[in-house]
Amino acid sequence: MRKRSFFGLSKPCFNYELATGTVADPVAIPTPETVTLYIKQELKRASSSLKVGTPVKTGQRLVVNEGDDICAISSVTGTICEIAPFLADFGRAWTAVTIKTEGSDTPDTEFAEAMQAPSLETLNRYLATCPGEPDIGPLMDERNPVHTIVIYGGNADILIDTSLYLFKQSAEAVNAGIEILRKATGIEDIVIVIPEESVQNYSGHLDARMQPVSSQYPYAQPLMVLHQLTGRLPDEKGMASMGVHFIRAEAVAAIGQAFSSGSLPVEKTVAVIDKQGTKHLARARVGTPVGVLLKTFDVQVNDQDKIIFGGPMTGNAIYSEDLPIGPGTDAILVQDKSVIPLYSDYPCINCGDCVRICPANVPVNLLVRFLEAGQYTEGADLYDLYSCIECGLCSYVCVSRIPIYQYIKLAKYEIGRITSAEELNEQ
Amino acid sequence: MNSKKTLIVSHAPFWHDGSGVPERSYHTMIAALPAACVGIAYYGAPALGVISLAIASAILWELLFNYASKRSITVGNGNAALIGLLIAMVLPASAPWWLVLIGTFLAIVIGMQIFGGIGANPFNPVALAIAILMVSYQNHLDFDAALVNFSLDFPSTTDPLAALKAFGPAAVENLNPIDLLMGRQVGGLGSSCGLAIAIGGIYLMLRGIIRWEISIAFIVGVFISAMLFNMSDPVRYAPPAFHLLTGYTLLGAFFLATESSSSPVNFIPMLIYGALGGVMTVLIRNIGAYVDGVIFAILLINLINPLVDKIRPKAIGKVA
Repeated sequence: MRKRSFFGLSKPCFNYELATGTVADPVAIPTPETVTLYIKQELKRASSSLKVGTPVKTGQRLVVNEGDDICAISSVTGTICEIAPFLADFGRAWTAVTIKTEGSDTPDTEFAEAMQAPSLETLNRYLATCPGEPDIGPLMDERNPVHTIVIYGGNADILIDTSLYLFKQSAEAVNAGIEILRKATGIEDIVIVIPEESVQNYSGHLDARMQPVSSQYPYAQPLMVLHQLTGRLPDEKGMASMGVHFIRAEAVAAIGQAFSSGSLPVEKTVAVIDKQGTKHLARARVGTPVGVLLKTFDVQVNDQDKIIFGGPMTGNAIYSEDLPIGPGTDAILVQDKSVIPLYSDYPCINCGDCVRICPANVPVNLLVRFLEAGQYTEGADLYDLYSCIECGLCSYVCVSRIPIYQYIKLAKYEIGRITSAEELNEQ
Repeated sequence: MNSKKTLIVSHAPFWHDGSGVPERSYHTMIAALPAACVGIAYYGAPALGVISLAIASAILWELLFNYASKRSITVGNGNAALIGLLIAMVLPASAPWWLVLIGTFLAIVIGMQIFGGIGANPFNPVALAIAILMVSYQNHLDFDAALVNFSLDFPSTTDPLAALKAFGPAAVENLNPIDLLMGRQVGGLGSSCGLAIAIGGIYLMLRGIIRWEISIAFIVGVFISAMLFNMSDPVRYAPPAFHLLTGYTLLGAFFLATESSSSPVNFIPMLIYGALGGVMTVLIRNIGAYVDGVIFAILLINLINPLVDKIRPKAIGKVA
């Protein structure tokens, strides 16, 4: 927990990590005994194509039902030892597939054949779960054509610079990825967004427009970047309706790497931040249990500590060391129980700290009253829910310790669900 | 691998700046203490008695209400104690025990808890309670009558504001602003020493616990409107410094008008809110029926708070 300065008039100020200075190369984590992968689809009945005991190869697509688009890419060679339903954030139902690994890697050849035609279908079919988790779906949506692809070089949280580090390390792969994206989508306008203090060496090398953003938190949050680029923020229809699509630089690099090497990337670079705040970089197979990584760096986790996927402002706390790192996990942050701030069920006392710190001028004090009561649409209509750029600073300063950021994310998720259900009805 | 460790999960963000409701209450009480101590120094044990009874009874009322309404116990956050202390500071040192009990009951139960507790009160609970007491028990809040049995070696043994109301500025001409600032005047037991209140207020502003915009705007509002009155007719209206240093002006500016749930949070509304409070104070004092206008002025600006707080900067990304 950080301390408020004695002079409460001054606002807290954070800067993004810039991946400058010499960073030790990532420690290679050996292939663990088991990996767990998530297929973002509900396991309704016994799956026709997934069975315990089925052998899988590295890079093989795993689907719940034959012909599904949604898949997971096996990061190891081995046999499936467990298939179970998994309850993800906001109650989404996924399928968890656990694979017992064998000693050696046998690459799957399906992608090597498909890569001859770098189309969006290929990208969606094989690379939607590569490190960086690119969301290919909106690019294929013909009703909302995308005209600008924003490649997001920074990390969306303080303390972490995994993504920026990778971007700096693999400029060639990023370039190759940009080329593939251009070919597959036909979109000319590709922008690379990166915190300004780390930008000077890269302009010119890359085949895209560079857009520096402030390195002060939260001015490089994706939604804030979108606002700086277009002057607008998406409403409940989401970013796709604005014709702008965000892809993380890590994902672009993974696409480039996949097409130049002919095999799907299955390793993810993760920063492990221990209780003292020391950062260790690691490269591990997607699906490696968190405990394996923590053990490698001798991070002792005790009862009532906290393990967080992501950074201190926008991350997700996890409940077990057995959970695997996913393709979007940039960092694992471990907090000792003595520094964990607790939330309360206090009402808003209208102190106004959130209003003054909000970079988006959202009237948080009024909005949170509606969200607490579950009146999400009123919050969106009257009190600028969709201007929130999801930085979490309001919860950071909240005197009543209300989980405002969570309320806002929940509200957006719920309204999004209603909206997409309505769209389905209309069709 | 299959560990049985229990990890704590929660929502982001996982850092917090460490502020909290109890800290706010206790720091506000610390800021109010110098003024209360000056009251004890001038008025002695009776003042201490009023302060102790007010704090104790305020906590007790809140506790009783917590039990009666079957809600979680909230007295630990210090808000009730703070309200008790502020009630004591605006009462005369001679306030009888039942007046203190009624005052804290009005503030805690009528002023705050029946609206839903901390954060839900539309009016400042202290101002509301004192307003009811002022209307209901005029003699006990008339400082001249209430403090008649105290032997005080102040330059004037009458309430300066009451003297001003009755006899005009000529009656208070001999009062030295320094004496007023040091609290050598008849008034509420913790509200007469402008210096101590200002020190507490500046501490709160620096700590970011109260919004400096409200306090400054309130003081400027009092000063400018009093100055305009004084310029228009110095024979009938007292100079601005007199208005600033007498009655509840400074206590109102730093401790009452800034109560968080009944005041606005945006910049321009805070200025309007504070300035309007200052102007209303002087209007009530100069041409109204009451001796001191601060309490009623604060209730009035509490009323306009939801309305003025609609003046806010446009949120980013809005198309319309």
